Amino acid sequence: MRRLLSFTRLGAMLMKEFNHMRRDRTTLGMMIGVPLIQLILFGFAINTDPKALPTAIYAAENTVYTRDFTAALVNTGYFKIVSNADGKDVDRMLTRGQVQFAVTIPPNFSRDLLLGKTPQILVEADATDPVATGSAISALQQIRSTALQRDLRGISTGPSEPEPGFEVIVHRRYNPENITQYNIVPGLMGVVLTMTLVMITGLAVTRERERGTMENLLSMPVRPAEVMLGKITPYVIVGYVQALIILIAAAFLFGVPVEGSVLLLSGAAILFMIANLAVGFTFSTIAQNQLQAVQMTFFFFLPSLLLSGFMFPFRGMPEWAQFLGEALPLTHFLRIARGILLKGSGFMDIAADLLGILAFVIVASAVALTRYRQTLD
Amino acid sequence: MSANGGLAIDVSGLVKSFNGRRVVDDFSLRIPEGKIFGFLGPNGSGKTTTLRMLCGLLTPDEGQGTCLGLDLRSEAPLIKRQTGYMTQKFSLYEDLTIKENLEFVARLYEMDNRKARVEDSLKGLGLYERRDQQTGTLSGGWKQRLALAACILHEPRLLLLDEPTAGVDPKARREFWDEIHTLAGRGITVLVSTHYMDEAERCHEIVYIAYGKLLASGTADEIIADTELYTWRAYGHEADRLASKLRGTEGVASAVAFGSKLHVSGVDADALARAIAPYRDGHDITWEETTPTLEDVFIHLTSGSKDNFA
Ligand SMILES: Nc1ncnc2c1ncn2[C@@H]1O[C@H](COP(=O)(O)OP(=O)(O)O)[C@@H](O)[C@H]1O
Ligand SMILES: [Mg+2]
Repeated sequence: MRRLLSFTRLGAMLMKEFNHMRRDRTTLGMMIGVPLIQLILFGFAINTDPKALPTAIYAAENTVYTRDFTAALVNTGYFKIVSNADGKDVDRMLTRGQVQFAVTIPPNFSRDLLLGKTPQILVEADATDPVATGSAISALQQIRSTALQRDLRGISTGPSEPEPGFEVIVHRRYNPENITQYNIVPGLMGVVLTMTLVMITGLAVTRERERGTMENLLSMPVRPAEVMLGKITPYVIVGYVQALIILIAAAFLFGVPVEGSVLLLSGAAILFMIANLAVGFTFSTIAQNQLQAVQMTFFFFLPSLLLSGFMFPFRGMPEWAQFLGEALPLTHFLRIARGILLKGSGFMDIAADLLGILAFVIVASAVALTRYRQTLD
Repeated sequence: MSANGGLAIDVSGLVKSFNGRRVVDDFSLRIPEGKIFGFLGPNGSGKTTTLRMLCGLLTPDEGQGTCLGLDLRSEAPLIKRQTGYMTQKFSLYEDLTIKENLEFVARLYEMDNRKARVEDSLKGLGLYERRDQQTGTLSGGWKQRLALAACILHEPRLLLLDEPTAGVDPKARREFWDEIHTLAGRGITVLVSTHYMDEAERCHEIVYIAYGKLLASGTADEIIADTELYTWRAYGHEADRLASKLRGTEGVASAVAFGSKLHVSGVDADALARAIAPYRDGHDITWEETTPTLEDVFIHLTSGSKDNFA
C-alpha cells in the first residue's frame, strides 16, 4: 500500500507537466532563447593572470642544471610543481586535468648543454583555457634567457655570451590556436543548463503553491518522489534540447572540435541536469512564491558562474574559492564538457568529476525530499 | 463499519495554532455515516483549517480522532484515498482541459476503467462536448460543478466541501445541493461549509464555529431551542428603520432588518420587552413575538463570542 512510487501516479504527474509545458509558450520560448542569447553575449572572454599553476615535471636526469631550471620555473610564480613523475604519467595527468603543464627534461640535457648542443625542454600546456595558460607561457621565454646564466657563466668563452644554451619548446595541447571560444562555448552548455533548469523547476512547484493547486494536489494520494520525478523529468528533455542547440552552435558556428564521445557527454549531462533540477526543487520547497524562487536561482547561479572556472580560470582563484567551486556541479561539468570535446577524454578521465556531481545530486535530492511537505503546515 | 460505531468523522480536542494564535481551539465533532453536516461560522473562524486537518492537509497541534475509522495522524494517506476534498478556491489546473484534469485525478487515484469513468463523469456533468476546452475559460458555476465531479470521481466515502457554492447563482446552487443529497443517499458522508442559511437548512445537522471555538451543533431546530433567545418581529411603517436605534440598547442582542421587517433578539425576555416598549405605541408598527431564525441565532452567537482577533 505504501509503495514509494506508483507508475500510474508518476505517469499522471508526467502527462500533467507536459501539458503545462505545451501550453506555456513563453517559458518554452525562453528556454530555447536563453542559450542562443548567451551564446552571443559570451563571445567575449575575461582576461586574468592566474599564478602557481600545477605543473608536473619529468626530468630524465638530476643535475645542478635541471635543478636550477626547475627553481627558475617556480620563481616565475606561474608554476607550482605538484609532481615529479615519469614520462608517461605527466601526459596522463595533463589529460585528466590534474595539472596545467607537463614539463619534460630530456636525458643527457646537462651533457648536451655543456657540449653546446642546445638541448630542448618540452613544455606541454593544457590550453583548453587559453586565458589561464597565456601569461605562464610568456614567462617561459624569460626563463630561457635567465635560468642558467649563473651556471653557464664559467663555461662560456665570450665575456658577455647572450645565447642561452638550451631551447624551450612549448606545445599547446587541445587548443593549439588559443581560441577562446573553444573554452567558452562548451562551458556555456553548463551555464545555460544551470540557470534555466534551476529556475524552471523552482517556478514549476512554487506556481502550484501560488495558484492554490498545491492544496488540491496534496489532498490526493500522491507521494513526494512522484511529484519530484514528475516535475523534473520533462525538463531533462528541455535541457537536452538546450544542450543540443549549444553543441551544434559550438561545432558549426564556432568550429569547436568534438574530440571525444558525444554519448559520454550526454550521459554526463543527464547527471548534471538532475543535479540542477534537484537544486530547483529544493528551492521550491523553501520559496513562498515565484519571485523568491527566481531570487534563489540567482543566489545559486552567480557563485556557479563566478567560481566554477567559467568566468575566471579556476586555478587563478584563491584557495577558499576553489574549495567552494569544487562543491558546485557546474565546476565538474565544465571540466567534463571541455575534456570530452577538446581533449577527447574517456570515461576514466572524467570519473572523478562525475563522482563530484553524483555526490551533489545525492545531497540535493535528500534535502529536497526531506524539505518537501505532504501537508500545508 | 462497526469499528468506528458508524461514525464517518469522530474527532476530539483538535487544536491548530498559526504564529502562536489558536485558529482552531478544542474542536470536537462526530458525524454519522451518510449524513450531511453544515459547517457555519464567520470568515476567519477556522472552517478551512478544520477541514484541512480532517483530510490530512494540516497536522493538528493537539487532539486526536478518526476519519472513516482511520487514525487522523498515522493513517492520513489512507484517509486521502477515500476522501474527496473540494478546496475553497478553485484548484484544478486552469491551463489543462476539462478532460485532462479529470484524467489526472483518475490516474492519481490509480482507478481502473479510467477512460470510461472519465467519459461518464463528463457526460454526467454535461461537459462532454466541451471536454477539450481549457478549464480556466469556464464560468464560476461550471467550475464548481467540475470541481465537485473531480472530487467524487474516485467514489470517496467522505466529502469535505469548503464553501462550494460561494458566488454561484441560485439555480446552480439548488442543482449542486440536489447532487449532494443524491450522494448522501448513497451513503456518502458530507461536511460542507457555507455562509448561506438556506443551505444550512438543507443539512441534517449544523456545526457553528466562531473564532476557532465550536459554539453550537445539532439540527436547526435544536440549535434554535438551545440558544434560549427571545425574538420579536416588527412590521409596518418603516419598521426596518428602527434597527439602528435599537442596536446597542440594553437588553437587545441584535436588531436586524429583513426587507421592511425587523427582527430584534435578546437573551433576557423582560429586558427585551423594556427595550422595545418605546416603539410599540404611537407607531404604525405591529409587534409580535416569534421563534428566532437560524440567522438570528448565529448573529447572536457571533456577537456574544469573544473576539480573540481584536
Ligand atoms: N497557513 C496559515 N498561516 C497563518 N495563518 C493562517 C493560515 N491559514 C489560516 N490562517 C488564519 O487562520 C484563521 C482561520 O482561517 P480559516 O480556517 O481559513 O477560516 P475560515 O475558513 O473559517 O474563513 C484566519 O485568521 C487565517 O488568517
Ligand atoms: Mg475558509
